[in-house]
Amino acid sequence: MRADLARLAYRGRTASIGFAHGPFVRVDAAPSGRHASGTPEDEKRALRAALESGGRQIASLAHAAGGEAAQILEFQVVLLDDEDFLDPVFAAIAAGAPADAAWSSALDEQIADYNSASDEYLQARSSDLADLRDRVLRTLRGGTAEAPKIPGGAVVCAEDLPPSRFLEIDWSNGGGVALLRGSPTSHVALLARSRGIPMVVQLGTVAEPAQAALLDGERATLELDPSAQQIDVFERRRDAHRKSRAAAHAILRRPAASWGGEKIKLLINIQRVDDLDHVDAQYADGVGLMRTEFLLGQGAGLPDEETQYLAYDAVLRWAGNRPVTIRTFDAGGDKPVPGFTEDGEANPFLGVRGLRLCLARPDVFAVQLRALARAATLGNLRVMFPMVTTPDELEAARSAFVDVVRALQARRIPAVLPELGIMVEVPAAALTIERFKASFFSIGSNDLAQYVTACDRTNGTLGKLSDPLQPAVLELIGRTVDYGRRAGISVSLCGEMAGDPRCIPALLSCGLRELSVNPSALAQVKQTIDRLSRGDARD
Amino acid sequence: MLETPKANGQDFTGSVRLIHAVGMHARPAVKLTKLAKKFKAHISIRAADAVEWINAKSVAKVMALRAARDSIIEIKASGEDAEAAVAALVDLVETDFPDSG
Repeated sequence: MRADLARLAYRGRTASIGFAHGPFVRVDAAPSGRHASGTPEDEKRALRAALESGGRQIASLAHAAGGEAAQILEFQVVLLDDEDFLDPVFAAIAAGAPADAAWSSALDEQIADYNSASDEYLQARSSDLADLRDRVLRTLRGGTAEAPKIPGGAVVCAEDLPPSRFLEIDWSNGGGVALLRGSPTSHVALLARSRGIPMVVQLGTVAEPAQAALLDGERATLELDPSAQQIDVFERRRDAHRKSRAAAHAILRRPAASWGGEKIKLLINIQRVDDLDHVDAQYADGVGLMRTEFLLGQGAGLPDEETQYLAYDAVLRWAGNRPVTIRTFDAGGDKPVPGFTEDGEANPFLGVRGLRLCLARPDVFAVQLRALARAATLGNLRVMFPMVTTPDELEAARSAFVDVVRALQARRIPAVLPELGIMVEVPAAALTIERFKASFFSIGSNDLAQYVTACDRTNGTLGKLSDPLQPAVLELIGRTVDYGRRAGISVSLCGEMAGDPRCIPALLSCGLRELSVNPSALAQVKQTIDRLSRGDARD
Repeated sequence: MLETPKANGQDFTGSVRLIHAVGMHARPAVKLTKLAKKFKAHISIRAADAVEWINAKSVAKVMALRAARDSIIEIKASGEDAEAAVAALVDLVETDFPDSG
């Protein structure tokens, strides 16, 4: 055990969540030894034999692993059969280069090329090439193509770990991967996630030799030769993680949440497209709220139509047949955007924000509506407007949208008018809900509660006054839900209340049957509804 | 498809928009080259407006195209089954590289 503990804890980036405590094993890929070179003909034969043997090994790994892993390794298999790729290597050998040098330099050139790419996905592919390079080199340089054995449950540490190396390790007793470089988007990270093996990448330099290690895929840390106290903290974190994951996942996998015999739809709120990567997102019944303000914060100026269209398209593709509700720009208030929102408002929360701002800036609004009208042809899209106060505003937005659709269609660009709804967050709208000709209502409980109680939700000293469970707030939610039921218009709630187990009984009692929450809250909300539902059954 | 396969001298050509979320990366490139190899025709592709045509049967070359999402891929083929080859490749890209392909 070492006294200097701080020096032995490393932090990286999470590539796969989970915990591993086991022997610490360094794996350094660079094959050593020298290949004894012969005549160009001998060299060509040696390389052909090594390529064939490498191809066989990879194919058998792919066969054993199947599924996603097989698809990942197929790139290497196809590359070994690519004449355009191999011809220059054989040409170099014909010109006198030894087989191993010719092979390495061809691969190194490709690897450098991939590494210099600006996109992280392509950079990550370079480890596939390094994998192929080293496998063939091992055969050329000494026959031991099989890599050294790794004990079960080990924390395997390497510069980077290629997919085929990962698949050769026996993970049946657990274990984890600690990479000094690596990337969360690499193939090996994908494999680790699908097998539930924790992986932390980009740890930097780990020079110390060590016997044992703790790998925490949640905090993205690696601790070497841990003290009894470190192990104790680690095991407690691991245990808590295991319990909550098991409970939540058992519930998430069940078909639909239901309460009082009625199905409860659970949708997710997303801030950006990447939020769909959350492991639980797949269990959602759809996207109840896609915020679009992230588009306003990218690069210089306001986002163009194509940038927006690609983002909407990505979400609709992910959703398949499930509904996706996209909210038009909700800037202003606490979300100022240079070049878009008004400067110097005395009270921005009661100022030109949400739909008010979009109607005041038809140039910016039209770009978003065009992108949405085009995206609406791709899937089950619904569009909603934020901060609507009167029916006139909804009609003004609808008419702008209709104009945009007509103009696109006149240019023979596929576009349709999606279903239009409103956020119910201004008390005036909630009080006169039957006057809005909307296809759906989505209650924004954060702003609704703040406007009804006249409490700034960020002001902690207001305490109970700002509680969304205030009868006045529930009254407005109840009215909206009642009207929706009578008129056959769907009503959902997408504020923080929906993800708060304390509020859920009241929301269900109000008659709400659609809740939209952050992906990370999905499991807990489903669990809460499940408990309430079973409590009912016992009564 | 932006254009149907058409004869241009001895070549058949077609073009198609790449809709794959991450562009022409490993899996789409593998699928494209594997399909191309099923044909006897000499098949070349390029990202629209690039000067150089590359061999559609070489995965290394196809990856090196660095074709981004939404770029237009041009395909040309010559030889006995060239017309079918162009149609098949256009269909593969257009249907976003389905797994059954």
